[in-house]
Amino acid sequence: MAEIFNLSEAVARFVNDGDIVAMEGFTHLIPFAAGHEVIRQKRRDLTLIRMTPDILYDQLIGMGAARKLIFSWGGNPGVGSLHRLRDAIERGWPRPLEIEEHSHAGMANAFEAGAAGMPCAIFRGYQGSDLARVNPNIKFVTCPFTGEQLASVPAIRPDVSIIHAQKADRAGNVLVEGIVGVQKEAVLAARRAIATVEEIVDQLPTRSPNAVVLPSWTLSAVTAVPGGAHPSYTHGYYPRDNSFYIEWDEISRDREKFLAWMQTNVLEAHPEDFAARPPLRRIEITA
Amino acid sequence: MSYTSSEMMTVAAARAVSNDDICFVGIGLPSAACNLARLTHAPRVTLIYESGTLETRPGVLPLSIGDPELCETALTTVAVPEMFRYWLQGGRITLGFLGGAQVDRFGNLNSTVIGDYAKPKVRLPGSGGATEIATSCGKTFIIMRHNPRSLVAQVDFVTSMGHGRSGVERQALGVKTQGPALLVTDLCIMTPDAATNEFVVASIHPGVTRERIQENTGWPVRFAQTVTETAAPTNVELQALRELNDRTARAHGVAASD
Repeated sequence: MAEIFNLSEAVARFVNDGDIVAMEGFTHLIPFAAGHEVIRQKRRDLTLIRMTPDILYDQLIGMGAARKLIFSWGGNPGVGSLHRLRDAIERGWPRPLEIEEHSHAGMANAFEAGAAGMPCAIFRGYQGSDLARVNPNIKFVTCPFTGEQLASVPAIRPDVSIIHAQKADRAGNVLVEGIVGVQKEAVLAARRAIATVEEIVDQLPTRSPNAVVLPSWTLSAVTAVPGGAHPSYTHGYYPRDNSFYIEWDEISRDREKFLAWMQTNVLEAHPEDFAARPPLRRIEITA
Repeated sequence: MSYTSSEMMTVAAARAVSNDDICFVGIGLPSAACNLARLTHAPRVTLIYESGTLETRPGVLPLSIGDPELCETALTTVAVPEMFRYWLQGGRITLGFLGGAQVDRFGNLNSTVIGDYAKPKVRLPGSGGATEIATSCGKTFIIMRHNPRSLVAQVDFVTSMGHGRSGVERQALGVKTQGPALLVTDLCIMTPDAATNEFVVASIHPGVTRERIQENTGWPVRFAQTVTETAAPTNVELQALRELNDRTARAHGVAASD
C-alpha cells in the first residue's frame, strides 16, 4: 500500500546505491522532480533504464549517478544530441558508462514481460539489424508451433520505477491520462515504485471506466510535486517547455557550464521550486 | 513561386502519401511530408506516431514524438507496448516513413553511430521505433538530404534493415513486408530496381543535373531507363507547407523542419 511521503523521504527510503532504476514517461510526464531528488541525494552506480533518455538522464549521467544505461533512443527531441550522454560514451566523463541498446519495440516488450512476470519477451523484431550483433541480450528463438524465428530479450525488472502523473487520491490511487507510455508496465514490473503527482485530491475525478489507474497497492510511495514533470509536460496542467529543451543544448555542451547550472537549479533547489517552473499557458483537455 | 530544394523534397515526399495509407510517422522530415499530404491531396490519410497516438491531426508539426498536440488531436491514444505489439507488429500499418543519418543503395538505414560502435566518432540517438518500423510496415519510404555523407556506399551500422547489405538478406530472412519502396532527397526520387533492389534514380528535381546527383552520392548511381523530371511544387503545395512551418515556428519558437 502506498504511503504518502514527501519526495526526499520517498527517495531516501526506496532508491539505493546500485539499484536498477526506471524513470519512465514518453515525452509526457517525465519525473524530473524525482530525478533531481535522486541527484541531490547523491545516489551512485545506478543502472538507469528508460526508452527515451532525454534531459533528465543527461543530468543524472553528467552528475555521475549511473554506471549503466539501458535505452532505445537517446537524444534531445527535436533539438539534437544529449551532450552529457555523448561525453560519457565517447570520453568516459565524468565516469565510463556501459550501454545496453535496444529498439523501442524491444524495450516496450521487455517492460510488458516484466509486468507480466515473465523471464523474457518474445516478439517479431531486430530482423537484419546490427543491434542484435552488439547487444548480447538480444537473442532469437524458434516458435514451437510455426518454426518462425522470433526475437527475445530479457524482461525488465527494476528495483524501483519512478513515474509522474496527474492525480492521486488520499488512499494513494494514481490516475494517469494522455500519452501513457510504458508507465503502467514500469510500475507493475518493479519491486518498488514511486509516483509523484500534480495534486492529491479527496476523490479522483469522473473518468472513463477504462482510465489508467494504478491502485495504491501497486506503489510504495505517492508524493505531490506540482510542476514535477517540468520541462516535460502534464496533460491538463501545463504545456511542454520547448524553449528549455532548446536552451539545454547550450547549457549541456560545456562541462563547467553544466555543473554550474546543476549546482544552482538542482543541488541548491527543492522539490517545491517546481511549482513555479512550468510555462503558464494551461492546456485545455480535449473532451 | 520560387522554392527551395528542401521544399521540393518535402513536397515530392508528400505526393507519395495517399488517402488509403495508414502511416507510421517518424519525427522531422517524415512528419513534415506526411502532414503536408494530409493538408493537401490526402485529407483522409491515417497518421500514427510511436507515442501511441492513432489518427492524429496536428495543426503544427510536433517537436517531439510525444507532443501534447498529437494526443489532443488523435482519435485515441494507446500505451506504447500496445502500439508496437498490436498496431505495428500486428500488421495494421501500410506505410512507414523514415529518415536517418545514413542510407545505402539497398535502403539500409543508420541512426545509431558514425564510426565503430564501441568507439564511435559520433553517437547518434539510436533506433527508437525504426528497427521494427522497417520490417513490420507494409512498405517504407525514406526521406533524406542528399550528400555524400548521407547516401553512402556502406552504412556504418544497420539500425534498420532495408533489403540487407547485399540486397538479398531481407528476402533470405523471410521478412514478408516489401521494405524500402522510395527514397526522396532534395535532388531526386529513387525507387528500387525490381531485380537487384538497388535504388535507381527515377525522377530528377527541376534544375538538378545527373552529375550533381553522382557527386553527392557515395555509390555509382544508376539511372532508370526512363527518367522523368519531378513536377515543381505548385502554389497550393508551397502555401500549405509554408503555413504549416509558420504555425510550427510560432508554436515552438523554432521550425520543426526547414
